Amino acid sequence: MEFLLVAAILLVVIVFVTAPLRRPARGEAELEDPRIAELEARKEAKYREIRDAEMDRESGKVTREEWRRQDAELRREAIAILKELDELEAKAAAQ
Amino acid sequence: MIVLGAACLILALVAALYAGAAALAGTRGDRRWVDSSRRGVYALAALLTLGVVILEVAFLRSDFSFRLVADHSSTTTPTGYKLTAMWSSQGGSLLLWAWVLSLASSAVLYATRNRLREIVPWATAVLMGVGAFFIGLMLLAGPDANPFARLDPAPAEGVGLTPLLRHPAMAIHPPMLYSGYVFLSIPFAFAIGALITRRVDASWIRSTRRFALIAWTFLTIGVALGARWSYSELGWGGYWAWDPVENASLMPWLLTTAFLHSIQVQERRGMLKVWNSSLIVTAFSLALLGTFLVRSGILDSIHAFGASTVGPPILVLIACVVLGSATLIVSRLDDLRSERRIDSLFSREAIFLVNNLLLLGLCAVIFWGTFFPLVSEAITGTRSSVGPPFFNRLVTPLAIVLVLFTGIGPLVAWRRMSREAAWRIFRVPLAVAVGAAAALIAFTDAGGEPWALALFSFAAFALAALAQEFAKGVMARRRLAGGSVPGALLAMVSRNRRRYGGYTVHAGIAVLLIGVAASSTFQTSRDVFLSPGESAAVGEYEVRYVEPTQSVSSSEQRLTFGGVLEVTRDGEPFATLHPSRNYYSSRDTDPSAPVRGFFEGEATSEVGRTDGLDGDFWTAMQPDLTRLDPVIEEADRNLATLAERLPAEAPGAREQLASLQGSAIREIASRYQDEPPPANFRVNVNPLVTWIWIGWLLALVGALIALWPTAEARRRRVADVYAARLARELSRA
Amino acid sequence: MDPDRKRKIRLGAALGTAVLLAAALVYTSFSASTEAKEPSDLLTAGSGDTYDLTGKVVTESVERTDTGLRFGIEDRDGSADLPVRYTGTVPDPFREGREVIVTGQLQEGTFVAERDSLITKCPSKFSDEAEENPDQVIIE
Repeated sequence: MEFLLVAAILLVVIVFVTAPLRRPARGEAELEDPRIAELEARKEAKYREIRDAEMDRESGKVTREEWRRQDAELRREAIAILKELDELEAKAAAQ
Repeated sequence: MIVLGAACLILALVAALYAGAAALAGTRGDRRWVDSSRRGVYALAALLTLGVVILEVAFLRSDFSFRLVADHSSTTTPTGYKLTAMWSSQGGSLLLWAWVLSLASSAVLYATRNRLREIVPWATAVLMGVGAFFIGLMLLAGPDANPFARLDPAPAEGVGLTPLLRHPAMAIHPPMLYSGYVFLSIPFAFAIGALITRRVDASWIRSTRRFALIAWTFLTIGVALGARWSYSELGWGGYWAWDPVENASLMPWLLTTAFLHSIQVQERRGMLKVWNSSLIVTAFSLALLGTFLVRSGILDSIHAFGASTVGPPILVLIACVVLGSATLIVSRLDDLRSERRIDSLFSREAIFLVNNLLLLGLCAVIFWGTFFPLVSEAITGTRSSVGPPFFNRLVTPLAIVLVLFTGIGPLVAWRRMSREAAWRIFRVPLAVAVGAAAALIAFTDAGGEPWALALFSFAAFALAALAQEFAKGVMARRRLAGGSVPGALLAMVSRNRRRYGGYTVHAGIAVLLIGVAASSTFQTSRDVFLSPGESAAVGEYEVRYVEPTQSVSSSEQRLTFGGVLEVTRDGEPFATLHPSRNYYSSRDTDPSAPVRGFFEGEATSEVGRTDGLDGDFWTAMQPDLTRLDPVIEEADRNLATLAERLPAEAPGAREQLASLQGSAIREIASRYQDEPPPANFRVNVNPLVTWIWIGWLLALVGALIALWPTAEARRRRVADVYAARLARELSRA
Repeated sequence: MDPDRKRKIRLGAALGTAVLLAAALVYTSFSASTEAKEPSDLLTAGSGDTYDLTGKVVTESVERTDTGLRFGIEDRDGSADLPVRYTGTVPDPFREGREVIVTGQLQEGTFVAERDSLITKCPSKFSDEAEENPDQVIIE
């Protein structure tokens, strides 16, 4: 009796696990492009850096001039990321 | 049922091996293999869940054909403890490890099913390798390690659960700690995957950070629960003994803390990549080491569960993990090169680097002290060990500096900070620290204890610094967006969960260390030997042993001898405590002296305690049983005489004998009540010890705040899911 | 000084400090440690130094006195044994046959233990024995 149960479980597991293998191979269109994901992650981190710099200024840890310099540099870096992101997304859409 | 359970285990091993192999096949790009391996992990989780359910049902039904159930439970064990008895055994705890691993892996793979497509297959392979190892241990390391070992013929009664474990905190402590260890395997696996695919970058950080924080949270809970149980249930009244197994749970916690700070530097400046990879690998290796220590009997510890066959294989796994990871990191040093330098020594990046060094140093000291017996044996031939004084002496200064940094870190800006700005920011917390030190010297005994004074001052600095951060943030927010103080506070925290969650954790740690310093440096401890009616002085208190108490419990097979202790301070009543000692009959009772067997079996203490914000009054008692010896012997003699007259084979003979034994025990109990012997009372006054638990809860709240997903992240995930679904359906159309 | 040289100096200083601290650690641990010995080792080593005495509690040897505890401790393989005089907390799992560690000195044939230094190993959870039908006292 228990052996039947075990056999049944084994069958279900095999069917479930091998289901993807019985599909035809398909493209990777629906997966996120790791390069785009990487840029998205870097973009978010850069935004957080910009916000943190602002908070540092608000709490008096950096002077206004210092902050202006840092903020400009960070925004430059953020814009570079956004540009790269746009290029990649345009390329991906074109495919 | 036991056959089904064993089959589940075998199928689970096959599933784990398949999932790992399929994942490796999928690293070459064919998504079908990756999807199949993910399903393999889901199947693994289902199979192990089935196995756990079968085992728990066997416990509930007291099915003693399961060796595990016979060895760790009995028909008289309360239901709740029947369920938790599973992980007090070797096989059961291995099953727990593998099960939690399978569940965590399933959750993670589900969450990343559309992301990190290059790293995920490698991470899956690593996770399944570890999983297959633990399942393999259960199947191949002998009947001890197999949760589905059978007993033939099945005994009529089980051995029962060790009394020390019949406590809620102890019941939940192993799963919490194991969860901490297991959850470290996730960031570890993703780190290995990232190193192999050379993708140690921002998306890796984003996902790993969350897993590491979850692991950190579980480790925090596990460590604290162990300390809390030790303090409130054991008769020695301490919360940390620098026992090897305790240390083994603290070390990964320290390194995970370092990791959580250090990846912020990598995120911003592209630095400390080698540090971060090494930290997470070492943390996981230490988690495995903790699992190993508990099972190997290689170090003397009150936790050591005896030498077993499971120890050496785990050691081999640790060696593989360490060597393999080290080789991988070294081979990827080029990809791990720092992108930038630290701009200034006075920046948060530099502080975090110092923080790494401090935490690593702490970990190294604890590691050295823990494994010293092995080192000394290897070098000098004899085993020497170092005790708590060694650990306390070395850890104290490091911990004090660490507390200082929990305050300095939040105050320092990223990138660089000018001297004028630094003075402006630091002066208020510094003033608070100096003021606190002065007040302590003037009004308390703290002046005589330099280490404690230093810690209190530094903790005051840290708490003032954190309060200043919160206050400035609220003020800035109100300048921007108006609103009330509580509203601004809520909005500010909610928009910067990682930052303010982190600050809350810092506050919790500072408070916790204040509690540790106060309760250890200024503890008053005395042993007093009192007969009923007598009293003694302990510090500024007076304790009086009023009268004895006793009770007998048939459901728990337990005899309890206790006393009522009245505590007064300056003549005013302070507390009435009821410490007691529980006696349980032992498994190898001499059948000719069953009553004596009660007093030579397991004994546990019920601690009598008052807790308050200013400290605990703690007491445990041990009645002097030598005065009761003649009574016990007489009872045993009478029982033996009566037993002789009862033929063993007569129907109902066992029940009659049992009931006679029961009466004898009750007789002894009432004798204890009528002619109580003196008892030894250990009395501890622990100032501020409650703040340890308060600080710990605060740290936990901070972690939860930091973990809470933001609305933005949730929206992003939802958008991802829809985009993926759209693409899927389009490709099928 | 160019930044590269500065960096190298800083790295050197850091490594040097680390080596010094490690040496201090090692030295402290060897001088602060106590050796572990079983009764048979201790009988040959003689009295004087403080040791961690490890072994099993001899059956029927436990005696509770006014001041503390007296018991016998024997090698794990049962060869030699020593009497022990102990004061302080007795851990809950303590009983005969259990493995214990106690710190102290051998004085005139008796091992005089330091206060509160008794550690008892928790009962072996992961043991081999499967007890069958233990004769349990059943209280009714």
